[in-house]
Amino acid sequence: MALPKYTEPHYRIWHYIYLTICAAVFFFLIAPLFVIFPLSFNAEEFLVFSDGMKRLDPDAFSLRWYQDMIYGTKNPWGLAAKNSFIIAIFATIGSVLLGTVAALGLSSRHMPYKGLVMAVLISPMIVPLIISGVAIFFFMAKVGLAATHTGIVLAHIILGTPFVVITVTATLSGFDHSVTRAAASLGSNPVNTFMKITLPLILPGVISGGLFAFVTSFDEVVVVLFLAGLENTTIPVQMWTGLREQLSPTILAVATCLIILSTLILVTAELLRRRSERLRGINR
Amino acid sequence: MSSENKQILTTDGTPLEVSLKKAEKKNKIKAFLLVAPLLLFIIITYVFPIGEMLMRSVDDKMVTEMLPKTYKSMEKWDGKELPPEEVFEAFYIDFQKLIEEEREGKLSTQLNYTKNGFKSIIKKLRRKSKSFEEGNYKEQIMAVHRRWADVEYWRAIKRRAPAYTYQKYLKGMDMYENEKGEIVNVSEDRRVHRILWLRTLEIAFFVTVFCFLMAYPIAHLLATLPMKYSNLLMICVLLPFWTSLLVRTASWMILLQQQGIVNDFFVTIGLVTDDNRVEMMYNKTGSYVAMTQILLPFMVLPLYSVMKTISPSLMRAGKSLGGTPFVAFWKVYFPLTIPGIGAGCLLVFILAIGYYITPALVGGASGTLISNQIAFHMKSTLDWSFASAMGLMLLSGVLVIYWLYNKLVGIDNIKLG
Repeated sequence: MALPKYTEPHYRIWHYIYLTICAAVFFFLIAPLFVIFPLSFNAEEFLVFSDGMKRLDPDAFSLRWYQDMIYGTKNPWGLAAKNSFIIAIFATIGSVLLGTVAALGLSSRHMPYKGLVMAVLISPMIVPLIISGVAIFFFMAKVGLAATHTGIVLAHIILGTPFVVITVTATLSGFDHSVTRAAASLGSNPVNTFMKITLPLILPGVISGGLFAFVTSFDEVVVVLFLAGLENTTIPVQMWTGLREQLSPTILAVATCLIILSTLILVTAELLRRRSERLRGINR
Repeated sequence: MSSENKQILTTDGTPLEVSLKKAEKKNKIKAFLLVAPLLLFIIITYVFPIGEMLMRSVDDKMVTEMLPKTYKSMEKWDGKELPPEEVFEAFYIDFQKLIEEEREGKLSTQLNYTKNGFKSIIKKLRRKSKSFEEGNYKEQIMAVHRRWADVEYWRAIKRRAPAYTYQKYLKGMDMYENEKGEIVNVSEDRRVHRILWLRTLEIAFFVTVFCFLMAYPIAHLLATLPMKYSNLLMICVLLPFWTSLLVRTASWMILLQQQGIVNDFFVTIGLVTDDNRVEMMYNKTGSYVAMTQILLPFMVLPLYSVMKTISPSLMRAGKSLGGTPFVAFWKVYFPLTIPGIGAGCLLVFILAIGYYITPALVGGASGTLISNQIAFHMKSTLDWSFASAMGLMLLSGVLVIYWLYNKLVGIDNIKLG
């Protein structure tokens, strides 16, 4: 954003102040994430940069916390990671199926009580998690699903569907319905039309909704804290316990892995968003 | 048009209007059937349980069911003087049954909530009642402890007669109903909840303000920079957005601790001395800093999506018509961004008011919010009805904002990423 040559000096100064503020805010946003990387390679047990690390002494760095994460005795991370992935994958599948079908109905212009239904479907995203946690816990305890994987998966489907509903309805809002009518007039049945015409076109929205649902489930801790027994512990629950008791460098090793995972998800989500915008003909 | 209102018929002879209505109805049902599975699922597993929270929060059947005969005989008692013999007899019978079922401890806990001092006299009554003789229970019970001869305690029992109560809600606002049935404040030193409500509102409000002040310039920069730069900078917003909440909280714990990098930096530039490091964690500062950073993306994204639609020529027009850049910004650009500001602020406020994890980890005692109190009662005191009552009080606040959000922005306009 180069300034035109005729800009008066005090506006020029203002402009640089503005850029400085922006830089500071970006720094505030992103910098905390980068503290974790170097400290997870710390050879010592303390969560501060040792003198050796400041001098970039190779002996001050080690992979011992990563070893501890994977091979450590009495180590909860293996079980937690397994549980987290199983729960997140099933929750994502459930959210995507229910959410996509519901979004198809919601974006039909014949849908009755659209506003009200939408408000109910989105509510798990708006209601504070602690309240959702209490309510879902009461339900799961009553039907005997507390402290089971099934219970947690169902809970995460509740929390994940709003994201799928929102992204898929957004994709469908730019959807040209004449193509489905064309398919129907050419003799295709509704299921076939959906699989061959609609789904490929809205797929970016479906996948990005699925990513949201996955991340929501993978990162969710409040509801799991109410529902989980020892067997159903997940990565966030372990991190929560660890952070409450004492910050150990092993947690930072886990955190580093999670940051890498979220970077991968971010890249996928961005690519999908761009593709979907291109398909919807939004030029920027 | 024509006076006889000729009907148009479809090929099979039905009037077009009827056939159209039929088709519309079919489409309506079709659309609804698509939504039905999710709607049912959410209603059964989510909306009903929230309704159950409401039931739990006002439910007070426990004592009513433990003392059925007592409450029946108390119906005629006016509560002015000690109840008549029949009440004592009914109470004795109910109490014996509770001892058989080993539930008298629960009764004493419950009655102790209403009036302090029940615990010990119920224990004593349990011991003494084994050797009670038949008849004249009034004398015998009153002889166990002088509090049993105090009409106040019998009034306290009577107050628990209704099956429903709003006591938990009063408790959530640091109030209670006294002996005369008036609603009064609890003594000054025991008002914990009001402080928490105010603190929750205060922290949510200031976090929203901080987020707004920080998000506005960067959203503007992102919206006005050429694509290839703004995409790169957008990563700075989106990466924290996609990163685990606990990871981000952990990084703030490292940064803000006493031997942490922020304190190191303060010492290096000479702001504080080495033995005088600032405490930034386990207090309000910790909650403010961490929550602002964590919620910032939720403010940037709605602002950005609104700013992106504002044509740059509007600012140029404003300037060319004689406005200084500041006037042009204030009179032209800013009003156009108000929908984004509304959306972002409401979203951040809603999220902040129900925050739990971050305040619990970095907030310490002075930085915790109402959610932490709810979790405390769910897990430690096991007073689930009180937790439900506080949850619903919080929920009603959130629903008001949600309704406002829906009016101003529309739920279907929520944008993610």
